[in-house]
Amino acid sequence: MTHFFAALGRPVWDALIFMGSVAIFFCQGVQQTVASSRIVQRTLRQIHVIGSQSLFLIVLISLFCGMVLGLQGYYTLIKFGSVGFLGSVVSLSLIRELGPVLTAIMLTGRAGSSMTAEIGVMRISDQIDALDVMDINSVSYLVSPRLVASVISFPLLTAVFDVVGIVGGYLTGVALLDMNQGAYFYRISSSVTMTDVGCGFLKAVVFGLLVTTVCCHQGYFADKRRDSVGPEAVGNATTSAVVIACVLILAADYVLTSLFL
Amino acid sequence: MNTNRYAAVGVFVLIGLLCVAYMTIKLGKMEVFNDKGFELKASFTNVSGLRVGADIEMAGVPVGKVAAIDLVHTQTQTTALVTLRFERDMELPDDTIASVRTAGLIGDKFIDVAPGGSEELLEAGDTIVDTEPALDLGSLIGKYAFGGVK
Repeated sequence: MTHFFAALGRPVWDALIFMGSVAIFFCQGVQQTVASSRIVQRTLRQIHVIGSQSLFLIVLISLFCGMVLGLQGYYTLIKFGSVGFLGSVVSLSLIRELGPVLTAIMLTGRAGSSMTAEIGVMRISDQIDALDVMDINSVSYLVSPRLVASVISFPLLTAVFDVVGIVGGYLTGVALLDMNQGAYFYRISSSVTMTDVGCGFLKAVVFGLLVTTVCCHQGYFADKRRDSVGPEAVGNATTSAVVIACVLILAADYVLTSLFL
Repeated sequence: MNTNRYAAVGVFVLIGLLCVAYMTIKLGKMEVFNDKGFELKASFTNVSGLRVGADIEMAGVPVGKVAAIDLVHTQTQTTALVTLRFERDMELPDDTIASVRTAGLIGDKFIDVAPGGSEELLEAGDTIVDTEPALDLGSLIGKYAFGGVK
């Protein structure tokens, strides 16, 4: 009987410990933003890694995403004879949902995984301990610049995603399938409101904080893993960072959408 | 950190900000520079389907948007008071007719404004008196089917 309750209690206990540890880690990261020395240089470096180097990838993904939306929307709407609404379909689905979510998921794979691996390797090779020995706060040195950089980069990349996606929808809808060009852009500007745009950016900021916190946390505590040690732990930490971040992105997306719609 | 990296960050931030600006100002219609135009009010007996942000058209040309829809109670009846925001300067006579119309058979509702021939002009904030309520397709068909039409 005790075993039954223990089997029930242990996962809940572990989950609570995990959530608490992520929350404390996040608060430390935010708090150290103010105390961090040379934060501007280190943040710029992280914006380069998270933002600039992901720009081409985001442009590519969003172009194809918009083109697919244009095709799918066109062949669905033509059944109802309302092809004119293609602009609304493409722009609203991009700005409200696909832009923030896909950007965050791509950045988890592109930037989040490398954060975990980098910090994880520093942890198992005792470099983080070395930082602490030298009285350099490791959270403020490693985590805070990444948090700030993602708060800046995620919304900007989301904006790029939305705009390029709309261009992609234009390419298939107007250039390829000969829809009325004026109707496409008129529908976009008449159906998108400031609330949609603002809500999309809010999502992007929340996703940025989530992804960075989870990925840094997994790397930072790579040595505390129960399932593996050493290099294997870094590999497992990277896997679980990407998985947890992706699940959290979609869960947070649902919560934010239901709150603001 | 070398100059190239700064340049890459700069290009990224610039492109991102341009996209943000395009979305907020062009798509989100954040009115930063626009102080032209004026507001009028019009009370309708029924504005079913009309939403804030719907177009105002004059001879088919969009001239503004619906800024607000409020419910007004008087002792005799309850009406919808619609605030019309015209985005360009124009002179409207006081016998102007505002009507709620539908784009196509099932399209969005919009306000059609037809200027009259009076000498007196409407001032900003005035109320348009002559209005036509939203056409209820269901009750029209009902009238036709059940013999309301003489």
